[in-house]
This record gives sequence, C-alpha cells and structure tokens, in this order.
Amino acid sequence: MIEVDRVGRSFTVGRRRTRTTVHAVQDLSFTVEAGEFVGYLGPNGAGKSTTIKMLTGILAPTSGRIQVAGLDPARRRTALARKIGVVFGQRTTLWWDLPLKDSFELIRHLYKVDRVDFRRRLDELTGLLDLAGFMNTPVRQLSLGQRMRGDVTAALLHSPAVLVLDEPTIGLDVVSKAAMREFLRRLNADHGTTVLLTTHDLGDIEKLCRRVMLIDHGRLTFDGTLDDLRATVPEETSIEDVVARLYTDGSVSP
Amino acid sequence: MVRTYLLLAWTWLRASAQYPGQLATMAIGSFAVNALDVLAIWVIFEHTGSLAGFGLAEVMFLYGSAGLSFALSDMLFGNVDRLSQHIRTGTFDTMLIRPASAFVQMAVDRFGVHRFGRTAQAAVVLGIALSQLDLPWSRAWMIPVMVVCGIVIFASVFALGGALQFLLTDAPEVANAFTYGGGTLTQYPLSVYGGELVRGVTFVVPLAFVNWQPGLFVLDRQDPFGLPYGLRFAAPLAALILAAVAAFAWRAGIRRYRSTGS
Repeated sequence: MIEVDRVGRSFTVGRRRTRTTVHAVQDLSFTVEAGEFVGYLGPNGAGKSTTIKMLTGILAPTSGRIQVAGLDPARRRTALARKIGVVFGQRTTLWWDLPLKDSFELIRHLYKVDRVDFRRRLDELTGLLDLAGFMNTPVRQLSLGQRMRGDVTAALLHSPAVLVLDEPTIGLDVVSKAAMREFLRRLNADHGTTVLLTTHDLGDIEKLCRRVMLIDHGRLTFDGTLDDLRATVPEETSIEDVVARLYTDGSVSP
Repeated sequence: MVRTYLLLAWTWLRASAQYPGQLATMAIGSFAVNALDVLAIWVIFEHTGSLAGFGLAEVMFLYGSAGLSFALSDMLFGNVDRLSQHIRTGTFDTMLIRPASAFVQMAVDRFGVHRFGRTAQAAVVLGIALSQLDLPWSRAWMIPVMVVCGIVIFASVFALGGALQFLLTDAPEVANAFTYGGGTLTQYPLSVYGGELVRGVTFVVPLAFVNWQPGLFVLDRQDPFGLPYGLRFAAPLAALILAAVAAFAWRAGIRRYRSTGS
C-alpha cells in the first residue's frame, strides 16, 4: 500500500555565505502492507513530518521513489487525494468559518462522493465520533477535541484505503484521547483501513500499533514490533524509557 | 476547475453572509476609493483639454476597459497574492491534500461580496465612456475581446506573482509591484510614459495588450510610438503566451515548495 524506496529530501537553508544543505530525510526505505497499523516515532526534527508530507504529495522528494496506493504522490497529487485521508493534529483542514456540516458537504462535492454513500458514511462517523452536538457550529468555535473529531471525519468521508495521521492525539485530554484511539482501532479492524500515524504519545503506540518505525536524524533506525522495540534495550522496563534511550543514543543495534 | 471554483465561491459567500454589515461597508468602501481615481482624471481635464493626445472620453475608455479587466481578474484570482501568508501559516499544506487544483483553491479562498466593488466602478466608467464615444460596430467588436484578454493577462500576472512567492516567502510585496502596479499603469494612455517603458510592457510583460494596443484600434488612433499596426490584433496571442508561461511557473513553484516545519 505504501512503498518508500531509498528516499531522500534535503533543504538548502541560509543565504549566500551561510548556505548549507540540511538532509531532513536520507536513504529512507520501508513498505507498509494493506491493513497494517504502523506507528512512526522520532524526536522533534527527526523527519517525521517531512516523510508524511512526501507520502501525501505536499513535498516532492529530492531522491528515491515513493508509491502510495499505486501512485507517485508528488506527480499524481490530486488523484492520490481521492484515495487517502490526511489528518494534521497541529492544524485543521476544515474551513474555519463554516459550520462542520457545510465543511462535510463541501468535501462530498470536492471528492465526488456518491450522495447515498456519503449519507451512510457520515451517519456512521457521527455515531462513532459523537458529532451530533456540534454539527452546526462553525469550526472556529469548536474545542480542540471536537475539532479533531471533525478533522478525522473529514478525512474519512470518501472512504480512503489509507489514513495518514500526523500527531492526532496532540493536546487532547485523557477521555478524548481514549475515544480517538478506540475509533482508530475499530476503523482499522472493521474496515481494514491502512493507518500510519506519527505521535509523541507512546500510549498511542502501545494501544494501537502492531508495528513501530523509528526515525532519527532523517534515517530509519528501527522497524519492527513493539516487543522487538522493547528487546533492544532489555534493561529498561517502560516503553517510555526504551524510546528515550533510543532517542539519546541515536542508533539501535538489533 | 470551473465547477470547483463556483462550488467554493458559493460556500464562501454563504459563510460571509454571517456578517452582512461588514460586507456592505467593504463593497461600498472599495467602490468609493476607486471612484476617487476617476475624480483625479476629471480634475486633470479641468486644467487641460487632452492627456498625451487623448480626450477625456478616450482616457475614460482606456481607464474603464483596463479597470474592468483588472477588477474582474482581481475578483477571481487576486487572492493568489496571499500565497506567502498561507505558506507561512501552513494552510497551504491543507489545500494540497484536497483533490482540487491548488491554484483554484488559493484564488477562491475567502471569496466575498467585497470583491465586486471595484468591478462595478470600472463598469460604470466604461459605460459612460462608451456612451460619449459613439463607436461604430466595425471597431467596437474589439472591446469584449480586449476585456477578456486583459483578464487572462492580469490573471497570469497574479499567477506569476504567486509562483514567485514560492521562492520569496518573505517578500510578497515584490509580486505586488507587478500585479497592482500593472493595474495602475494601464489606467492611463501609455503615451504619458517613456518609450523604453512602453516597449517593456509590450514585449516583456505584455501589459500593453490589456487596453493600449487594442484600444488604439477601437479609437482608430495612430500609435505615438510607431509600433507595427498588426500588434493591435495580437492581444489574444500575448494573453495565451503569458498564460502558458504563468502555468509553467506555478507548476515549477509547487514542485519547489518547501512547506514549513512541524
């Protein structure tokens, strides 16, 4: 479903004399099969968001090859958009001044979703994410938890095969977080939606992800199950400590 | 693309209907500010019978036709010059994940009634000028052609300005010099400017084809700069070439897009 083959992305920063090249992502390769639930971990600035942006076609890679749902994201951006769902935890993709209901209706038109399918899907998501209470509220007036549920709904109305989430639980309270996790778990289990999520919350990883990938300084440093991840640092017991060790050491020897 | 534009424009109009008072004020304000432009021209003619060889009605015609092109183009596409703002705040990323042209989404973003004020003013001026001039149909047919070509030319300049902002995220004003500068430049007969500038806006950035060259045909005037007669009919060609260049630049800009952190 997702194939990343020796992908690199560099940025030139600074002006004239101070110009340097930053390698945000280097020689990155991994494959995600249909129906997988993958957590993508890494410290701030490791290259997580850059990877997500390349997978969704926002950024073009400087080297290597990417295929998502059979398409090259940067070249086939709009075609890919119909097949994937994207959620940015840090910013909304909804229309700020529009009521949630209108945003969804607009998405139905933009994604050319059949009216009957749309109705059924929206009813399902409204039930699961408990949206009924604020359907007519403009997005700018929603709480963070409500907005996030709206964003996730918006990303799923066209029934994408792949859902990419960049920090979907950031800033959410415990209850909202638990609800969001349960929703994502069911989405993956019931619909077989392939999910890739980045997070700093290791609870997300423990509760949801059968597979974990770790990126540091733009390179993939670990790819395996949660148990494998624990086994890399046997002397630490909590997953928090394991990951903290991996971040500070910078490399993993399997 | 047209369907997406209309869909989004309608949605924004409905959203903006929440603040009707603000909308009316902005539309009227925009109309009034632009009406002052016309007053300035009228004041000039109070002191002199002609402006660089053109009478009042003729200047009004050149002003109104360029103004109409610019206003319609600004109404439909002018928002593209806010690109650097959208890049900085990260909202441009959210446009790129939608199955629709990023250019269309940028152009129509926050579409509102206030965008109509300038159009109405330019149309009124053009209407007055035409009623004074009494042009024969053998020359008047050029007017709709020149307005449409003008829209395409200004839209291309807006797109080029947007494309430039992919490189110069910190300096959107550079692009404004060409977009709004071009809009203002074409309001007067080009003969008030120097020959070098006129050659520049004829052969480099083809603003002379918005109203000047086809306008000379409509008004049946000699070209004060002695450029070939055939240029009067070259507006569609100039518009097409500029549109192709702009489309290419915009695509190149998206390929080079760097997004922001996080």
